[in-house]
Amino acid sequence: MQTNLLKCSLLMSVVVALCFSTASYAQLTTYQQQEWLHSPAASSHIGNLTGAARAAALPYRRYCVGCHGELGDGNGENAVWFATPMYAQPRNFQLAVFKCRSTPTGTLPTDQDLFDTIGRGMDRSNMPQWTPLSKQERADLVAWIKHYSPRWQTEKAGTPIQIPPEPEITPERVKAGQEVFAKMQCYKCHGVQGMANGPSASTLTDDLNQPIAAFNFTDGSRPKCGDTDRDIYRIFMTGLDGTPMPSFADNIKPDEAWDLVFYLRSLQPHNSFNAKEREIAKQLGLKPVNPNAPAQ
Amino acid sequence: MKQQRNRGLAVILATLVLIGLGALMIGQKASAAGGGKISGTVKLDGTAPHMRGIDMSKDPFCDKAHASNPAHSENVVVGSGNGLENVVLYISEGLSAEAANAKPTQVPVFDQKNCVYTPHVLAMDVGQDFKVETSDATAHNIHPEPNPLTGNIPWNQSQPRGAPPVTKSWKTPEMIHVKCNIHPWMSGWFAVVKGPYATTDENGAYTIQNVPPGSYTVTAWQETYGTQTQKVTVAAGAAATADFTFKAK
Repeated sequence: MQTNLLKCSLLMSVVVALCFSTASYAQLTTYQQQEWLHSPAASSHIGNLTGAARAAALPYRRYCVGCHGELGDGNGENAVWFATPMYAQPRNFQLAVFKCRSTPTGTLPTDQDLFDTIGRGMDRSNMPQWTPLSKQERADLVAWIKHYSPRWQTEKAGTPIQIPPEPEITPERVKAGQEVFAKMQCYKCHGVQGMANGPSASTLTDDLNQPIAAFNFTDGSRPKCGDTDRDIYRIFMTGLDGTPMPSFADNIKPDEAWDLVFYLRSLQPHNSFNAKEREIAKQLGLKPVNPNAPAQ
Repeated sequence: MKQQRNRGLAVILATLVLIGLGALMIGQKASAAGGGKISGTVKLDGTAPHMRGIDMSKDPFCDKAHASNPAHSENVVVGSGNGLENVVLYISEGLSAEAANAKPTQVPVFDQKNCVYTPHVLAMDVGQDFKVETSDATAHNIHPEPNPLTGNIPWNQSQPRGAPPVTKSWKTPEMIHVKCNIHPWMSGWFAVVKGPYATTDENGAYTIQNVPPGSYTVTAWQETYGTQTQKVTVAAGAAATADFTFKAK
């Protein structure tokens, strides 16, 4: 009797262990996602807001499913009409690889990052700004997004990078920023004038092997992950995962990073952020970097 | 009286069995430390496909580095006697949990040199640290493309001139393609396997060291031709042989 019980429990534990071990490898099923919908990971915390995935079932179906799809795999019925490189494919939430993060490359974004992306939308893509939705609805949608991928069950969001306070803009800083631009060879893709026409620009592909364009600083478009000075700082330090844009966190010091932000600003046409930078660049008479100059 | 003798016999038998088991365990430990090995050669049957030359003129540094020695793609690299280079060999079945989980302590290095990856294929154990370095005076970005659903998470790091090395490891076995977006011809592999492994040299020869005695399935993986398997039995401290032949497509 006892041995039978023992055998039974052993068998059960093997079955349970098998179920758990295959969960993250096998193809995702709606069944698994249903399970994850009720897991602690299917919630979000943004400031004092708490989002619950289950509350977002209707808004997701109403506003998001058309592109991101029933299973969150980015294969909604509209997705086939997205023409790259101008219009990237909808994000696949099952892979949980996101462009706009405050966290290091290769880590999950914070709830705040996802919340910001929903509100900001993506310039030059089919992702609109979802500010008509209430903050609570957006927080719920963040939680909903997190129920699609097994990664949220086992991983935690990365630790956001530290951004020191923005220093005063000086001509020295703009000039130093150009040196960082040259040293990091940003021009390989973005071009010496930031016109997205560098030697490697035409060959860029994203992780779906779709052509993708480098950011053009000169045509007035806004960066996909935000257009404040802090956003630009964050973009090149964390990189945009899933795209060719790498993380420079190991290679640009925080102080130099601000210099680079100021220089990048000077490449943009006049906007509400860059009056000073443009003025300084003009006074300095900055010429585009010379890619053939001997390396120092 | 008879019962007593039986008891005596039982005690002697039990002692013998215990000693035997002990000897076996010690023997196994010794052989795991001393290690059997599996070696052999991997060959290509047929004519090696043409490896396309690489035009690096878009980057003056890369172009200059290969001025006298043009680079070719490395999907199939054939050496003397039709030996296949860059084939990864590993034990896909039969390893004890202990042997499979033993992690090597050395840190293999993946270098970006003259705008190609050296080595072209870097084999490593699950959880083993590896290092990405750059020897080039031009900027690279190191961009592995694993499937995040396997547990290996993709990342993308810049490697400008003089960048410090990046040390990383992978969570699960997977053949991970590596690329540099700045130099679209750059293509390499992280071959992540569980347990002892080896990579073939320019003559297609390999040796998997530190294989405990047992019966195994050895898998050979080549990036263009896929995988092949073979059953191999390794005796304690002895060398076993497994040769493979891939057919040219």
